[in-house]
Amino acid sequence: MSKTYYDPADLRKFGKINDWSEELGNKFFDYYGKVFEEGALTAREKSLIALAVAHTEQCPYCIDAYSKDGLERGITKEEMMEAIHVGAAIKSGATLVHGVQMMNKVNKLDG
Amino acid sequence: MTKVKTQSLHKRESLLAQSKRQLEILSNGIFQNGELPKFKDKIADTNQFPLKAKKLEILQINVGYMCNQVCEHCHVDAGPDRKEIMTKETMIQCLEVIKNTEAHTLDLTGGAPEMNPNFRWFVEEASKAGIKDFIVRSNLTIIRANKKYYDLPEFFKKHNVHVVSSMPHWTRGKTDKQRGDGVFDKSIKALQELNDIGYGMPNSSLRLDLVYNPSGAFLPGNQASMEKDFKKALLEDFGIQFHNLFAITNLPISRFLDYLIASENYEDYMYQLVDAYNPDAVANVMCTNTLSISWDGYLYDCDFNQMLELPVNSKVKHISQYNEELLEGRNIIISQHCYGCTAGAGSSCQGTVA
Repeated sequence: MSKTYYDPADLRKFGKINDWSEELGNKFFDYYGKVFEEGALTAREKSLIALAVAHTEQCPYCIDAYSKDGLERGITKEEMMEAIHVGAAIKSGATLVHGVQMMNKVNKLDG
Repeated sequence: MTKVKTQSLHKRESLLAQSKRQLEILSNGIFQNGELPKFKDKIADTNQFPLKAKKLEILQINVGYMCNQVCEHCHVDAGPDRKEIMTKETMIQCLEVIKNTEAHTLDLTGGAPEMNPNFRWFVEEASKAGIKDFIVRSNLTIIRANKKYYDLPEFFKKHNVHVVSSMPHWTRGKTDKQRGDGVFDKSIKALQELNDIGYGMPNSSLRLDLVYNPSGAFLPGNQASMEKDFKKALLEDFGIQFHNLFAITNLPISRFLDYLIASENYEDYMYQLVDAYNPDAVANVMCTNTLSISWDGYLYDCDFNQMLELPVNSKVKHISQYNEELLEGRNIIISQHCYGCTAGAGSSCQGTVA
């Protein structure tokens, strides 16, 4: 049994989740594959969105996967970093915008 | 800041300069302990072992390992310090074969093939044979390396040579990281010169194709998408046009193997190759329709086997004994590096195969 929660080698075992629930696993992977196909957005654009979300979700597997995916698609490190800043801006904005709720509450209680 | 070394593995007397050492690495470790299947067993699963040579279509001649560049991932371990150069005597033997072969493509490679002192004579003579597609793999910077090479574009045009050139990315940083400082700017200049005389232009019969291979320990993306991105960026940024992009996978040999080991990416990279194994690519791997001839005239199933010193499995070993009928149907020599040609959409000197 591993003594750490995350092992990079586990990413390669992702497909094994099907072993314990093949039907649901297949539905997930079919959906996942379909989502990343070229559509109204290019596969390249989707890769950058995935990279940004991987960071906001702080998923180490997803970060490894979409850093490599970006390289394979010829995405530059500058583009990758900008995408992450978009995620970081939304994440911090989402925190900060709740400050309005705090202000509302303070004003109501002590205005 | 680039990290490209300035000497070949041979010059540095690296253990990895020895093909025997490379083959040991490719057969031991994760392939010996059963963590990953050997290539032979993998293709046997779909009844594709042994791989057999089909009718010859492409004759690839390596006229020498000398090069003006020392690219980080070169499978030839080429560089200015390599002295292996094809002699005129061997070229004459090659010409006899070129005149009589039924292959439709002649593919000259190196090193920088233009650095062979008899290169121009050889091209002039070979072009008389009238082979349908006559490729020279030019690294582009050679055209700007010395004034004696400045007229190469015109020379290529005169002999209707199909120019195939490496370009790892449309940005300076990624290109120079892999191929050396200043390579990007010189390559751009050379491509513009080729365009100026008609190479790579839409509907032009002067063929100019680019080869993309990844700058690190990852596989190439979709060839068609990469071509679209390359075309858009090179046209918008530099007014450059070309015909096709060939996406080629880096095989884990020579300097790329050295890089994989030094960067602790070797095992992950081999996993990537094995995970991406595509049985449909096996039927069309280039060794089944190509013959590789080394600078000293020996015959190999492909350029990679040439570098690993794995000669053809045939009575015919040298260009002087050449016999196309005897070579057809031979068993191809394989090892774990072959996973590089069967990953994803497959990989060959002409790009994807599946």
